[in-house]
Amino acid sequence: MDDLLRTPLFTLHEELGAKMVPFAGYTMPVQYPLGVLKEHLHCRAEAGLFDVSHMGQVILRGADVATWLEHLLPQDVIGLGEGRQRYGFFTNGEGGIYDDLMFANRGDHMFLVVNASCKDDDVRRMKAALEPNISVELLDNRALLALQGPAAEAALATLNPAVADMRFMDVRTVELAGAECWVSRSGYTGEDGYEISVPNEAAEALARALLADTRVEPIGLGARDSLRLEAGLCLYGNDIDNGTTPVEAALTWGIQKVRRAGGAREGKFPGARAILAELADGPARKRVGLAPEGRAPMREGVELFASDTGGEPVGRVTSGAFGPTLGRPMAMGYVPAALSVEGTKLYGDVRGRRMPVQVAKLPFVPANFKR
Amino acid sequence: MKYTEEHEWIREEDGLYVVGITEHASEQLGDVVFVELPEEGSEVVKDEDICVIESVKAASDILAPLDGEIVEVNSAIVDDPGKINEDPLGDAWFFKLKVTDLSPMDDYMDEAAYKKFIG
Repeated sequence: MDDLLRTPLFTLHEELGAKMVPFAGYTMPVQYPLGVLKEHLHCRAEAGLFDVSHMGQVILRGADVATWLEHLLPQDVIGLGEGRQRYGFFTNGEGGIYDDLMFANRGDHMFLVVNASCKDDDVRRMKAALEPNISVELLDNRALLALQGPAAEAALATLNPAVADMRFMDVRTVELAGAECWVSRSGYTGEDGYEISVPNEAAEALARALLADTRVEPIGLGARDSLRLEAGLCLYGNDIDNGTTPVEAALTWGIQKVRRAGGAREGKFPGARAILAELADGPARKRVGLAPEGRAPMREGVELFASDTGGEPVGRVTSGAFGPTLGRPMAMGYVPAALSVEGTKLYGDVRGRRMPVQVAKLPFVPANFKR
Repeated sequence: MKYTEEHEWIREEDGLYVVGITEHASEQLGDVVFVELPEEGSEVVKDEDICVIESVKAASDILAPLDGEIVEVNSAIVDDPGKINEDPLGDAWFFKLKVTDLSPMDDYMDEAAYKKFIG
């Protein structure tokens, strides 16, 4: 435990009574005294503050940085306007996913937010591919907070009214609690809200200022997981990884036309051959939403079968939990394309028993973004 | 009232033995979202897994603390698993046992010993 890293909000987490757990090399709050269920519901009803400082914040700088970044992922980076952010994923040579990320055009540089567990590998790969033309800097001097929920706008606007004018996926430099913050109107809960990059030394004061608002409660990783699952969002390492392609993962909406077959900048990203072929022919298996019929959660690792007895597994659950807003269990997993149609009845092996589960539409809870 | 190292409590009531989980256990589990209880009338053996309890975090088994017959289960906690967090020592009992061998009761802890056990 001693070699775990601490975020700049560690002292505040302890003061708030958080239960801390090791996560991606950091000691992070999994829940606060409110508990996972109530934290989840509070975030959907009002606003929740998350410490996501463990995530990697990376600055890419240099001439034609957008063109260079397009070498590493299948997104339209060149077409991303200044002050805008986009979701993307680094692909490997076989079309698998090294990591998923947000990237933002901040004028003279590109700002990336990558997963904590992947950040060192991401930076190593980017340096190998982009230096010396592009400088790659993993920031260690900034924390990252997320403020999510229907009251997020009102709560953050009390610190600076300018944030109310931002739309979904806008990014802007904004002064908050006396510090220069890089704010994006985005998040990973399915709710409207913001992610705020703040200098380490100003992070605690900003968090305290936000928590002073009665609408804002601190939310741990436990509720973050159930919130993102209800929103149908992938967790890297569970739902996507080096062995899953974006087409299998149903992330093709994240591959813009200009990078697809017939587009002006078709292909020329790692794994393009596999991914473009799969886009044309369809994947052999697909990530789908799964709605267990009973009350028993089907968790990560549950094997899926086509019938209630016998046969080999046809797929596997990659994320599963109880959905507090949904009021019932929910899961995601991979199934053969032929069994990926909404309403298809499958069976999940829960403690040796085949329990019925239906292929369901994602997201489980509709998104509430301010477009 | 007696306590097991598996964080279950056992209370005698009109010749039957009522079983539930301790407050400490319910706090450790976090919000409970699913419970599966044994069938009424089933014969159980001490240390056999007879219930499943799932919280927002994970699944755990509940063991039969004594040999006997399940004479009644508390279906209210199946319909509303959150009761287990609200009132683990009262309303959220799990099942009632007609015990055939009471001798393990001597090995179980009293309240003072259990408090010491959980530190």
